Amino acid sequence: MKFIKYILAGILFGIIMTKSEAASWYRIQEMFRFQSLHMYGIIGTAVLLGVIAVYLIKKFEVRDIGGSPIVFHDKDKAYRKYLIGGTIFGLGWALTGACPGPMFVNLGSGYAGMAVVILGALVGTYLYGTIKNKLPH
Amino acid sequence: MIDFIKQPWSWYFSGMMISLTMLLLLFFGKSFGFSSNLRTMCSMAGAGKKIKFFDFNWKNQIWNLMFLAGSVLGGFIATNYLSEPAPLQLSATTVADLGQLGISFDGNLNPSALFSLEAMKDFKTLAILLSGGLLVGFGSRYAGGCTSGHAISGLSNLQVPSLVAVIGFFIGGLIMTFLLMPFIF
Repeated sequence: MKFIKYILAGILFGIIMTKSEAASWYRIQEMFRFQSLHMYGIIGTAVLLGVIAVYLIKKFEVRDIGGSPIVFHDKDKAYRKYLIGGTIFGLGWALTGACPGPMFVNLGSGYAGMAVVILGALVGTYLYGTIKNKLPH
Repeated sequence: MIDFIKQPWSWYFSGMMISLTMLLLLFFGKSFGFSSNLRTMCSMAGAGKKIKFFDFNWKNQIWNLMFLAGSVLGGFIATNYLSEPAPLQLSATTVADLGQLGISFDGNLNPSALFSLEAMKDFKTLAILLSGGLLVGFGSRYAGGCTSGHAISGLSNLQVPSLVAVIGFFIGGLIMTFLLMPFIF
């Protein structure tokens, strides 16, 4: 039962990804071709509100549902991994039109091909784990 | 209310709802990051026995897998019960550009030419989807996060590494869109 709230949050996320069309291959192509403000508007609004919310959470030391303070972890200060990893991610994002969330959301929407994309993503994750130590970070 | 949900959502309402999702998970004491589920799944499948990267207590991540399961259900609900039959309002120039690549705009979220069950009979399509997924999985773990973890959670917390990752997302996306896709399709 304690997991029910995460399932509900996931349902909400799936509906948002679909209704916002952020889970659309076409919309991602439109974004990378700079032919509409739709995706930029979505990400921009989410980040702007997110920045304000995170600032307020820190300032007023807001606590979570269990009464513990909400903490934010800083990402490690290495830059190669973000740039190289990010670029590899971007190649796949433009090709499949799906980042990890929308892959699963679209599977629920009935796009069978997303199962192949998910399989590829699992293989890619596994591959990273196997050669991690040989890569520049 | 239901009519409001059923129409296509504006970008500002959509953006607002995405930050709400992030805040909801923060309120639950968790953080919004989807791609770590892929690592968790590898670990559950036993990858931790051989590779240290997957050797962690994945049971702490069950909440995120539940979030993932919910998102599949959310996609099903939105597509089958909360959508109007009206086609997606894609920019006319994008429709024309994609037409040149040989991908016709069918008005849905995703082209059936790439993602339908019938499309899976084509070996080239399968290879495209598998290799694209591989790049996303490899890249998101290499960069330590995907769109949710870096572009939304990371940028909201003013993390410079996340900004670098997002710049990487765009470098890769632009290379694929303008340099590689004309050869792939």
